[in-house]
Amino acid sequence: MWPAVGVPEGAIVVPHGVVVWVAMILWLVSLLLAWPVPVWFSRAGWPMRAPVIALLLWQGVGLAGGFSMIGALALTGLAVAPAHPWIALIPAAAFAVYLLAHLGVTIVQVTQQRRRHLALLDLLTAPHPTRARTRVLDDEVPVAYCLPRGVGSVTVLSQGLLDRLDSDELVAVIAHERGHVEQRHDLLQLAFRAWRSALPWFPIARLADAEVAALVEMLADDHARREVRDEVLARAILQVGAHGPGAEAAASGSTRASDRFKRLSR
Amino acid sequence: MANTLGELERAVMDAVWDATEPVTAYDVRDQFETAGRSLAATTLLTVFSRLEKKGFVSSDRSVRPYRYSAVAPREHHVAELMHEVLGGSSDRTAVLERFVGSVSAADAATLQQLLRTEDSRG
Repeated sequence: MWPAVGVPEGAIVVPHGVVVWVAMILWLVSLLLAWPVPVWFSRAGWPMRAPVIALLLWQGVGLAGGFSMIGALALTGLAVAPAHPWIALIPAAAFAVYLLAHLGVTIVQVTQQRRRHLALLDLLTAPHPTRARTRVLDDEVPVAYCLPRGVGSVTVLSQGLLDRLDSDELVAVIAHERGHVEQRHDLLQLAFRAWRSALPWFPIARLADAEVAALVEMLADDHARREVRDEVLARAILQVGAHGPGAEAAASGSTRASDRFKRLSR
Repeated sequence: MANTLGELERAVMDAVWDATEPVTAYDVRDQFETAGRSLAATTLLTVFSRLEKKGFVSSDRSVRPYRYSAVAPREHHVAELMHEVLGGSSDRTAVLERFVGSVSAADAATLQQLLRTEDSRG
């Protein structure tokens, strides 16, 4: 033990070697979580059978990745400049602030866009004659979507969609959208969108965002499958997806996006 | 209450879009009156000021009463809305949750296969 100069009585002094080791381990963890783990995970076949677990795992990977990186930066700083802890912690603090700022900016942007979209809906769509918080857009293109806003969520159905779907298929579409709203998928996607905009050069951020987007569609489908048979949902998806604009040119999406359709057939 | 205000904004905006030249709150009041809907001009002025704040109408304040006109035609706003709904599925901004985007030929085949299997089962 070396004499602890300037360290208050009773303070726990962590040996320098331990700091260096833990910093290296955290770098290794954050490196694994930034690249091989998400790549392996996105290629796995099981998430289509267990989307809830897959979503939890992605949240775990995202949070652990962020914290391990912040921790690695902090300990590296302390290993390099043990005499000046405040200066040593600047890189870690800056990175944490950077991530939080991206989350904040994303939240503000999405909120503003939703407000603008809602103002447009007020002027351009009529309330559905029987369904609460549902509006009808007078357009031939068959579209259905919801604008998640906590308590004030709105579901929008186009006239083209209402003309094309039978009543069972419409139940499937509405149950799917209600699934998104009730399970607050928007919050989950918001976090991963912010993560992606903060770290565009990390495979984890891009992969996680795409995977989460596909997985929440599966959960919303499962919500619909409680009310209608699989083939009704399949018919609704075909009616909407195969007759919309650009359907002919639609490229095959990611494997996970295709999984959404495959899982209906088993 | 908020809903009724939204409906009122839509009715006023429809009147502005249908008119061939700028309208005043009194024009709209008279038009509504003919259609059997009685509203005070002050109520309509409140609606106009809300619409102006949201950027849907602009006012000519050189004459009284103020004349309001649409900032953009209805079709322009419909296009804006549809662009946000249909636009760039790869970089959606988490603003809205669509039921399904465009289904690729391979995915459509997967779904049709499912429907055929169900048919043959009866």
